[in-house]
Amino acid sequence: MAEPLFSVRGLKVALPDMTRKPLIGRAPLAEILKGLDFDLPKGSVTGIVGESGSGKSTLGRALVRLIEPSAGSISFEGRDIGHLSEAGLRPLRRDLQMIFQDPMSSLNPRHTIFNIIAAPLRQNGLGDRLKERVAEALQRVGLPQNFASRYRHELSGGQRQRVGIARALALAPKFVLADEIVSGLDVSTQAQILTLLEKLAAEMGLTVAFISHDLSVIRRLCQQVIVMREGRIVEASATDALFQNPRETYTRDLLAAIPLPEIDAGWLQAKAPT
Amino acid sequence: MSACLDIRHLSAVLPNGQRVLRSVSLSVQPGEVRALVGESGAGKTMIGKAVLGVLPKSVRIVEGEMLIEGEDLGRLDAKARRTLIGARTALIPQDPLTALNPSRRIGSQMTDRLVRILGWSGERADTRIRQLLDEVHIRDPERVLKCYPHELSGGMRQRVLIAAAFAAEPRLIVADEPTTALDVTVQKQILRLIAQLQRDHGTAILFVTHDLGVVAKISQRVSVLYAGKVVEEADTADLFADPKHPYTRALMAATPRYTDPLASLKPVDESVLAGLAAEIVAADQAWRASHG
Repeated sequence: MAEPLFSVRGLKVALPDMTRKPLIGRAPLAEILKGLDFDLPKGSVTGIVGESGSGKSTLGRALVRLIEPSAGSISFEGRDIGHLSEAGLRPLRRDLQMIFQDPMSSLNPRHTIFNIIAAPLRQNGLGDRLKERVAEALQRVGLPQNFASRYRHELSGGQRQRVGIARALALAPKFVLADEIVSGLDVSTQAQILTLLEKLAAEMGLTVAFISHDLSVIRRLCQQVIVMREGRIVEASATDALFQNPRETYTRDLLAAIPLPEIDAGWLQAKAPT
Repeated sequence: MSACLDIRHLSAVLPNGQRVLRSVSLSVQPGEVRALVGESGAGKTMIGKAVLGVLPKSVRIVEGEMLIEGEDLGRLDAKARRTLIGARTALIPQDPLTALNPSRRIGSQMTDRLVRILGWSGERADTRIRQLLDEVHIRDPERVLKCYPHELSGGMRQRVLIAAAFAAEPRLIVADEPTTALDVTVQKQILRLIAQLQRDHGTAILFVTHDLGVVAKISQRVSVLYAGKVVEEADTADLFADPKHPYTRALMAATPRYTDPLASLKPVDESVLAGLAAEIVAADQAWRASHG
């Protein structure tokens, strides 16, 4: 086992529950993550799967320190970053990148693709050789160079997601959080984006946390899987082991609920989990 | 016996003259589930809207017929058409939250259609809705009827809309991606429910989806759509056993399958897309030639 890039112990996150906020005063805290322990080995792709409300996105956001944990530790390269201040996090931002679910809302409509990719480079002190770096980033994700002068509305969904990947990877990060990055795409485009991410992760030796609700996609892409439910880890293991021999009932229920593209008359009759 | 829904050579254009439906023909037999599968922009939702008479104003039907139980919608005046569609069809929408009025309780929204469109008495509608809520396994109808939409989970909201769709015993239901927004375990429950009610009530369903997995599980017949054109139609079992069109084969290879990770998620080959583009161009040329 490679040494872990991330080592997470007893991670808890509590966020204000706006649905229970009184008219005047603070919203009470709701515990979203209820004590998680896991490692992300260097250079591996880890799938994080769960249904809505399982806390998978919150977990991702805690890893890149967009939110501060309420308890536990997040150690990144051996150093606890769980409670670093914004200033303390600054030098780490370059190493912790994100690719978002919806490129339509994560790409600025008023900026050219060049500026979208260049902005974080400038921010992180990579402003020299800007043209070269952007050109390299575009090439890496298979977009033609003349796309640099385009705007997001001139791109298809798949091309937009390529820009999102190019922007994250231009910084040569150590860790990439990919949160449901293909769920808004058609299957044919989905396959292209996943193949691209798979190739780049291997080439660049990236450590990736791949959040998805789709176990089929995770099986293809990830080396290990964390199954989450209601803020807890249900099961975590190597991908092949998990799919061939799921230990937990919940994991088996999730697998059984996937409608595979093949005829199976008994599938609908089999009792769905409640 | 005439088909429950019969669409013949339906073409529709945008104001700029671009065809968005390209001579679509398909039928749904009584009591059958016909899947309409395609990627975004394929026109599958548009066909559903055409059937329900709710196409956006910018889309103009320029050719073709739509028959519901043998009655040609094109031959009816607007009022008679609305009455026919209202009485014999219903919709299960994709997103139950936008389909429901957020500021009204579930109960009155469900009886609305029965009372205002079909002229039922309030009491009869109320009884009927309770019956249907029972059929969709909602165990505490009193509470649910008094709820506002945001107080229910996604799965519960979709159950409510399924109950509402079946309430007036329509002959045909258009289900437009009814499980796309749901978690996979809830999706299975909802698919099961739709299949069960469909069988019990003998309702025909035009089931719009982008997911070949859902197609395989719910439908008996399927039409594969690309750029507003039906590229293949078949019995569902035959389509999966022996897909004929290269695009259908490419879609199947692109669909993820956890049981077979290496053979799935294959990007669609450029040559397949080029072939499709050529097919569309040829169809449009032939169409323009025959329509001046």
